[in-house]
Amino acid sequence: MAAVFPFSAIVGQDEMKLALLIASVDPSLGGVLIFGDRGTGKSTAVRALAALLPTMRAVIGCPYGCDPAKTAGLCGACTVKPPAAVRHKAGVHDDAKTHAEAKPHAEPKAHAEPKPHHEPKSHAVPVPVVDLPLGATEDRVVGALDLERALAHGEKAFEPGLLARANRGFLYIDEANLLEDHLVDLLLDVAASGENVVEREGLSIRHPARFVLVGSGNPEEGELRPQLLDRFGLSVEVKTPTDLPTRIEVVRRRDTFERDPAAFIHAWEKEDAKLRRKLSSARSHLAQVDVPDQILEQAAGLCMHLGTDGLRGELTLMRAARALAAFDGATTVTEAHLKRVAAPALRHRMRRNPLDDSGSATRIERAIAERFGA
Amino acid sequence: MIPVRPPASSGLSQSASAPEHASHAPQAPQVGAAASGGRSGHTGQRLSWRTSERIGECSGQRNHQRIDQRNHQRIDQRIDHQRQVVTSAEPGRSPAAAAVNDRQPTSPWVDSLEALALFAVDPHGLGGVLLRARAGPIRDRWLAALREALPEATPMRRIPLQIGDGRLLGGLDLAATLSSGRPVVERGLLAEVDGGIAVIAMAERVEAGVAAKLGSALDHGEVRLERDGFAARFDSRFGAVVLDESAHEDEAVPAALRERMAFLVDLSDIPLRQAIEPPVDREQVEAARACLPSVTIEDRWLEALCATASSLGVDSPRASIAAVRAARASAALDGRSAVEEKDAVLAGRLVFAPRATCLPPDDSAEPPPAEPPAEPPPPPPDENEPRAEEDKPDQEPPDENSPDQNPRDENPPDENDSGRLPDEMLLDAVRAAIPAGLLAQLQASLAPSAARSAGGRSGAVRRGQRRGRPAGSRPGEPRGGARIAVVDTLRAAAPWQALRNRERERARSVATSVTTAAATAAATFTPNAALGAGSMSPSVPRSVPASVPVPVPVQGRRIEVRADDFRVQRYRERAQTTTIFAVDASGSQALNRLAEAKGAVELLLADCYVRRDQVALIAFRGAGAEVMLPPTRSLARARRSLAGLPGGGGTPLASGIDASRALVEAVRRKGDSVVLIMMTDGRGNLARDGKPDRDRAQADALAAAVELRVCGVQTLLIDTSARPHPAALKVAEAMGARYLALPYADAATLSGAVKQVVSRGEAGGMGRGPARTVA
Repeated sequence: MAAVFPFSAIVGQDEMKLALLIASVDPSLGGVLIFGDRGTGKSTAVRALAALLPTMRAVIGCPYGCDPAKTAGLCGACTVKPPAAVRHKAGVHDDAKTHAEAKPHAEPKAHAEPKPHHEPKSHAVPVPVVDLPLGATEDRVVGALDLERALAHGEKAFEPGLLARANRGFLYIDEANLLEDHLVDLLLDVAASGENVVEREGLSIRHPARFVLVGSGNPEEGELRPQLLDRFGLSVEVKTPTDLPTRIEVVRRRDTFERDPAAFIHAWEKEDAKLRRKLSSARSHLAQVDVPDQILEQAAGLCMHLGTDGLRGELTLMRAARALAAFDGATTVTEAHLKRVAAPALRHRMRRNPLDDSGSATRIERAIAERFGA
Repeated sequence: MIPVRPPASSGLSQSASAPEHASHAPQAPQVGAAASGGRSGHTGQRLSWRTSERIGECSGQRNHQRIDQRNHQRIDQRIDHQRQVVTSAEPGRSPAAAAVNDRQPTSPWVDSLEALALFAVDPHGLGGVLLRARAGPIRDRWLAALREALPEATPMRRIPLQIGDGRLLGGLDLAATLSSGRPVVERGLLAEVDGGIAVIAMAERVEAGVAAKLGSALDHGEVRLERDGFAARFDSRFGAVVLDESAHEDEAVPAALRERMAFLVDLSDIPLRQAIEPPVDREQVEAARACLPSVTIEDRWLEALCATASSLGVDSPRASIAAVRAARASAALDGRSAVEEKDAVLAGRLVFAPRATCLPPDDSAEPPPAEPPAEPPPPPPDENEPRAEEDKPDQEPPDENSPDQNPRDENPPDENDSGRLPDEMLLDAVRAAIPAGLLAQLQASLAPSAARSAGGRSGAVRRGQRRGRPAGSRPGEPRGGARIAVVDTLRAAAPWQALRNRERERARSVATSVTTAAATAAATFTPNAALGAGSMSPSVPRSVPASVPVPVPVQGRRIEVRADDFRVQRYRERAQTTTIFAVDASGSQALNRLAEAKGAVELLLADCYVRRDQVALIAFRGAGAEVMLPPTRSLARARRSLAGLPGGGGTPLASGIDASRALVEAVRRKGDSVVLIMMTDGRGNLARDGKPDRDRAQADALAAAVELRVCGVQTLLIDTSARPHPAALKVAEAMGARYLALPYADAATLSGAVKQVVSRGEAGGMGRGPARTVA
């Protein structure tokens, strides 16, 4: 694995970084879309995020990385598996093969009667940030027959795909607008249901696939379908930095990094660690962050003012503000939080106003100024 | 210039120039290297062939000849100088390295070789070279020189235009998998070219998807494979040579590729005889590669490069990063461990000059860059400027007095420039290398290129099932005219073969032991067929409707293909065009005008028929607008509904435009290109809400027109009023439409105008370009 450019060493692009961080504080926000100029570090940031995120606990051996602390939304095997003692007593036959080699026929048992929950053995794993490379085929995305075992042993076994690996993490699509249509449809379906269903000749698999979709692309390559656009909670526009010092800093850091990646990463490790701690604490007290009614009203008012489509905008705006407040260590969402996330949360939900040539960001700013009184 | 006969010859022979000149004996008088003084003898020898050849052969073309002579002379001087360097002063330097170091005038060919040398040192770091040239000897020479410069084991692979994902990225090796009985990964071209050079031919026709995959591999130095049941990662650290053969303005190498190439080299106007530079020395390159990692760059050079990029309007940070790497490579080529001025200058010149989008104000008050009058170069600078080979050198804006000067005219930096800031100095050097006329060209092409990029060329093609170019396959049943993709189907079936064999065996054993059902009995009678094995076997949960055995002669086995395996071919085809006619049928259109409008539409319908376009008809009158005819190919229906179009009532122009826009968007959603032809006198008198209020109606109409413009549809507005009226023109302007006044338009003009709009609509993809000019 090539060395990864540290997240905190990325120069500028604050909105993009903030959006990624917020999305990792609250994965229910629904993903980040990064659109903009070439060479602005879109992929770099996402790859860096993978190295930044705090680890999570996952059931050992579970290919879907199920959360041991949860009882719902787990993969079939994790749901069904009773604690060892009970299992033994009850004489339930354990298909010694756990998930990694779970036979497909074991899966339908997933919906057996709920057992009292006991935490299975778990270990700390990095949050998956899965790259969906261009040219990926459908079988690798959803998972398919395990080739090796099918060919060599004639066994029918399911090999989880990228969606399985991305469960509880991030799924990154570079050049999202170039993705094949049938893959886009598939992703949308899975992202909406949080579950991946594979039905193919004797394989009948259903596993959780809840992930934060991160897409990046260049608008010049073509627009994104509205259905996909809507799926992203936050949308950021990245631009090439125009001021000289920033540009110099970009080149300098890149250069330093390339000359000695290890030293560079080490030099930024402290910063990254700081961010990581901030993320962890934000996650843990996200639920305690209070959203006052007045803020909700303001969010609704702003959305109405901007004429965004549907309620999703409001909801995202509120959640993003809450995640930001948590990230900042605040206990209450304030107007300032709302203002900061308004642009990424609403930008892609506005109808284009033909009489207003200014960018959507400007329009949001103006609306904020009008609503809140500058 | 006085012809000087050089001393008798021997000396170094130039292998690169040999084929061309070997037959000419060094006899005739020569234009000497003496003018530049102090050159060693054997160069003169070489010079002599060239000039003799010229003077002997083209005495009729004095002027040209003079210019060419000078060009040659300078090049030869360079060569001369470089040889000196090679032979005497610094034995460790290659000609290209020498070229790096002197600030002699450069020819495009020499520049291209400098780029080549740097690229050879750090192919992956620099990304690549975009080589703009038609196929031909110059390009071949350049590629051969690159081959020569690279270490022998370096793989150099050509990536064909139509390469499929399987070959490019890798995937399941079907044959090996079937014969060995275990999954075998096939490495793609990108993996095979690791550590080498990928040559991408006809890059202007490379699709965005392929370009993005190449770009991703270039960025990350690896190929991530998630295909055909494999997850793998291959190293893919390569440099690309992108061959751009574009001939027209609207052809361009995908920006995703262009952006990642450090050097943009134009070989298209280099005369063959100029391309004589000896190639870069391989050992030099190898030595440079070894010391590249230890080369450092001072902050001031880094800053200077960034500042230069910024003042030349080179926005992408990738360019600046590439320049830094190029400067490093240049230093390494010289065997130095730190970047010096000449490296920065060279890097800036090669990387930034072809990308410049604006020129900074030229501080001619600055003393160091000597202006031409002060130190007049022997040849007239303009004609002699080797970079002025752009088609229209005279379009060069007069105020740019610096770019067309030879870098030679600047004083050597070490003497005069000591007090100057590095970035100023660098900027001057780069500015000097900006091709003359480039910026003028750039300005001219800015609008169309913006239209092109905004339009998203990918939108103009759409994927169909039956026609067009193959565009991969997808799972699906081969029916409804879809064609089966045989290889992909086999590939999908391959992993299952062992399983299915086993199932078949089991089915057979079950059948033989329990001889009950008729079907199983049948199976025992014809065990070889084993066709319905899937459906017979009780252990298979799903009945499998189609099983096609495909004989594999080598093994004497059959590959069993089932319905799930089927892959159907997808094709990409050009979207069809729908022409929407929006006709103002209001009372203000006196009835006879309406008749004329109808006549015009009929005329256009005939055109549409020829192009096999779809047509749709919208009429607006009285209460509002109505889609009289949804998009159809039936022209007879169109004609009928047109003939039955009643006239009279107010003019709800805004509603008409709104309805048109709605239909445009609906058609777009289907993936078709749209052309809108609106026929009106532009005098709306009903507002959007249907109230008669002329002022508001006009305002609404204009607002609606602007909204339509945002759609970016190709629009033609035909003014049907008896006398052309500014109102219609205003509306046309607002909607960014082409305007045509009907009274002056005969059938031919009309049809011509429409054709123009239509063809633009097709060329511009979905046509989301900026406003069209109003005719």
